[in-house]
Amino acid sequence: MTPAEGTSAAASDPPGKSAFAAPRFEPGARVLVLDDWPERRGPCHIRTPHYLRGRTGTVQRLLGCFASPEDLAFGRPASRRALYHVLFEQQPIWNEGHCGDELLVEIFEHWLEPIEATKKAI
Amino acid sequence: MSAPTRPDSPVRLEALIGALKGRGILTEDELTARQAQTDCASPEIGARMVARAWLDPEWRRLLLSDGSAAAEAMGVSMAGAPPLGVLEDMPRRHHLVVCTLCSCYPRAVLGYPPHWYKSFAYRARAVRDPRGVLAEWGTVLPKGVEVRVVDSTADYRWMVLPLRPEGTDGWSEDRLAAIVTRDALVGVALPQVTPRTVAV
Repeated sequence: MTPAEGTSAAASDPPGKSAFAAPRFEPGARVLVLDDWPERRGPCHIRTPHYLRGRTGTVQRLLGCFASPEDLAFGRPASRRALYHVLFEQQPIWNEGHCGDELLVEIFEHWLEPIEATKKAI
Repeated sequence: MSAPTRPDSPVRLEALIGALKGRGILTEDELTARQAQTDCASPEIGARMVARAWLDPEWRRLLLSDGSAAAEAMGVSMAGAPPLGVLEDMPRRHHLVVCTLCSCYPRAVLGYPPHWYKSFAYRARAVRDPRGVLAEWGTVLPKGVEVRVVDSTADYRWMVLPLRPEGTDGWSEDRLAAIVTRDALVGVALPQVTPRTVAV
């Protein structure tokens, strides 16, 4: 599957999309959000919500390729990163809630790890 | 409640604008043009897009596949605006939009976000207790409907395409658009066929 297939948002992507490498994840891929806290290491600008760090979800689709906000916020040259819509079950995150309810969140590729690779590492 | 306004905010804003102009990053004309564009955006645009989607399957496909192109087709300039994504409600799935990190909102088609959308309370609770939030709005979902909260954390801006309510057969686009409120466009409310809209 090529990057553009199955991503209906392709036409909305900003210029420069062609410059980015093939995305790592396809729709349906199980992914782990890194349990990383750059906030503890110094000034940073992170668009990955706290409540999703270390959580597992499913890639719904590739949204496109965007300049990394982690660089943009500091006026640094920003690399373009793949941005995905990732779906999470709500209950495991909060230990409460309604079965079947979900969260759908935009997450950059460098915050995601494939679940299989993680299992092997353990 | 929203984040408190600091007394020095206007001074800081002026200093920032001054610095941007001084460095040639921003001109007064650009600032005025963007202000005018933002001021003329209102939820009526989003409501019109939804009403048209309820009537025209081809338009619906365009709206869902490329929200920005649909907005452009409505005469909204999306140049420089973040891409618009549209979330399709289903008989068994309801969408609720929030930005937990700040206040990302589809301003190009909905105008300025309401104060509650930017409040700490809404941002914190929408992702954790969406059904509690909906209940406080008086929004009752039919049994069996699952809630999908969309946390607008990055480069897209999201708008909800609600289900067309029953009792609206034969309605014109104008009449349908009138029942699509700002709150329905982010999913805290549902379009209502009230006696008032029926009497129109």
